[in-house]
Amino acid sequence: MTDSALHAPAGLERAPRARFWHDLSFWGLLPSRLLMGFALILPIFIIAAVSVATRGAYGGFTWDFNLAGYSQILFNEGWTGELEFTPQYLLIIGRTFLLAGATTLICLLFAVPVAYFISRQPASRKAVLVYLVTLPFWVSMILRVYAWMIILGKDGTLPSLLEQLGFPAGMSFMFNDGATLTAMVYTAMPLMVLPVFASIEKLDGTLIEASHDLYGDRWVTLRRVILPLTAPGLVAGAILVFVPALGAVLEPTLMGGGKQMMMGSLIQLQFGGGRNWPFGAAIAMTLMALVMLFLIATALRAARREVRP
Amino acid sequence: MTQAKAIEVQSVSKHFGAYQALKSVSFHIGSNEFFTMLGPSGCGKTTLLRMLAGFESPDTGSILLNGQEVVSIPPHKRRVNTVFQSYALFPHMTLEQNVAYGLENLGWEKGRIKARVGEMLERVHMSAMARRKPAQLSGGQRQRIALARALAPEPEVLLLDEPLSALDLKLRQAMRDELRTLQRDTGITFVFVTHDQEEALDMSDRIAVLGGGEVQQIGTPTEIYEEPVNRFVADFVGETNFLDIEVLETLGGQATIRTPFGLDITVPATGSAAKGRATLSVRPEKINLGNQAQGITFEGRVTNKNYMGGYTHYTLDVAGTELRASRRNASREGDTIPLGATVPVGFVAGSARVLAA
Repeated sequence: MTDSALHAPAGLERAPRARFWHDLSFWGLLPSRLLMGFALILPIFIIAAVSVATRGAYGGFTWDFNLAGYSQILFNEGWTGELEFTPQYLLIIGRTFLLAGATTLICLLFAVPVAYFISRQPASRKAVLVYLVTLPFWVSMILRVYAWMIILGKDGTLPSLLEQLGFPAGMSFMFNDGATLTAMVYTAMPLMVLPVFASIEKLDGTLIEASHDLYGDRWVTLRRVILPLTAPGLVAGAILVFVPALGAVLEPTLMGGGKQMMMGSLIQLQFGGGRNWPFGAAIAMTLMALVMLFLIATALRAARREVRP
Repeated sequence: MTQAKAIEVQSVSKHFGAYQALKSVSFHIGSNEFFTMLGPSGCGKTTLLRMLAGFESPDTGSILLNGQEVVSIPPHKRRVNTVFQSYALFPHMTLEQNVAYGLENLGWEKGRIKARVGEMLERVHMSAMARRKPAQLSGGQRQRIALARALAPEPEVLLLDEPLSALDLKLRQAMRDELRTLQRDTGITFVFVTHDQEEALDMSDRIAVLGGGEVQQIGTPTEIYEEPVNRFVADFVGETNFLDIEVLETLGGQATIRTPFGLDITVPATGSAAKGRATLSVRPEKINLGNQAQGITFEGRVTNKNYMGGYTHYTLDVAGTELRASRRNASREGDTIPLGATVPVGFVAGSARVLAA
């Protein structure tokens, strides 16, 4: 009798069991696969397809291959069909990145001290404070943005308060980039505070004591000990804030007055009033490509840091 | 002692919620002293150390560092450095950077920092690993870097929070000698916290035994071991026999007592040992057996023995009272007293202490 003859029956016995687990994982994962397929991947393919389709005369589109949607981002088509460079959409893309970047920075600036403060509290108060940070999530985002309109708008809370203090009446802080930024920072803040808090919470408190012990004041301790050791949390928070901020629609539309557009509101306009689906889809694809580039760059940087001893 | 006082702790008390960690503690630590705070966990020694570093502040009382009140001074402005129990090395910095950290914050110039870091790494035998990170080190190596980092800024006082407890036995013994040498060479006041009485006896110039948030006794290692002032100290530091006795008469530092096995003897007494019930403490190694028995002698029966190599521990029954004695095995045939034998037992009166009950 050879070895293989000896082991053959056992192998036969095991095969159905292995297939069972294989089948189970296939069927078990099927719902999430379907969900991902239909809700995420399929729409992206549809948008990708629409972005290279041809705009219909009265809105909609026809399935004729056409790169006009993409060329429109950079060029204006004249009456005679010649292409003329136009910076207006590039400016919107630039503004979008600027505002999203500013949102991320401001959120970081506020979130780090807040998270640090919460992490220093006794456990019972900590839970309450974390709950308070997440509290805005319980209210619809539209309502929260409207609340800001009430605060900043004409005859709003802030202008009337300033009037009481002797400033000229009828001031309005609405319908500009500052208003957009305020609302964006406000809506994104919890997304920054939570990951930053999680990483500060993990930080060994004796390291902070060691820094103070070695003549580091609060600022030195923050810069040289707390920030470097909580960097992963800061990066996570920055991504969570920056990426959705790039696609912001509500804030620029409601707070910015809709005239100073961001990519999100521009896309919405093309699918809505603009009736230029291929163009809207092309901008959406461009935005997605830029986000992907940003995420890949971040991941590569993180990987390089890991490799370094 | 006429030497300068590096630290004065005056009537310091501290509560944590309802728990009283320190009850009006006062003592002083001399300059260039190796001072140890010894006690079981929860005795308040770590709280005291954290107060000296500035991480805690007392509810009442004051702390003076070289004559200056420091209670309101934050940790980063005190010329005091700490070696943490967990070492607390900065994991994202190299060993060099760790040692340089305090110097940079003090605003030393670059060249001076470089020289000092090199010198400190040399001193703890870690020069070859200057560019490594703490994660790549063994426990003993981390300990050395923590020491180098804390000593580099030439603090007025070095605080050590159970720095040897995470090391294995052999390494711990070596580090004791190294710490002692380092203290003598640098002349910096060391304040050492430990629950290990052997460490305390071995390294310290003076020891403060803490228990229940109070200073139980302060003295040299010999004073603490040989002349404990109360039952807590005698029990916590070293092994001892406690005998319930009756004080018949006291005169000066002496007391005439009656032992449970019917002897009337005169032995040294601490404090104001009043007439009546009290405790006699006799350490096992002070009780001699067989032909070595001398001083106050009586007879006892060996009920148990533990052969430890260098020593043998005997448990004796003396007229119904249990006594433990240890006997050095001075020769190969040293351990000759058999179990169950009745042998002469004796101790010198001066080596026993009468303690308040």
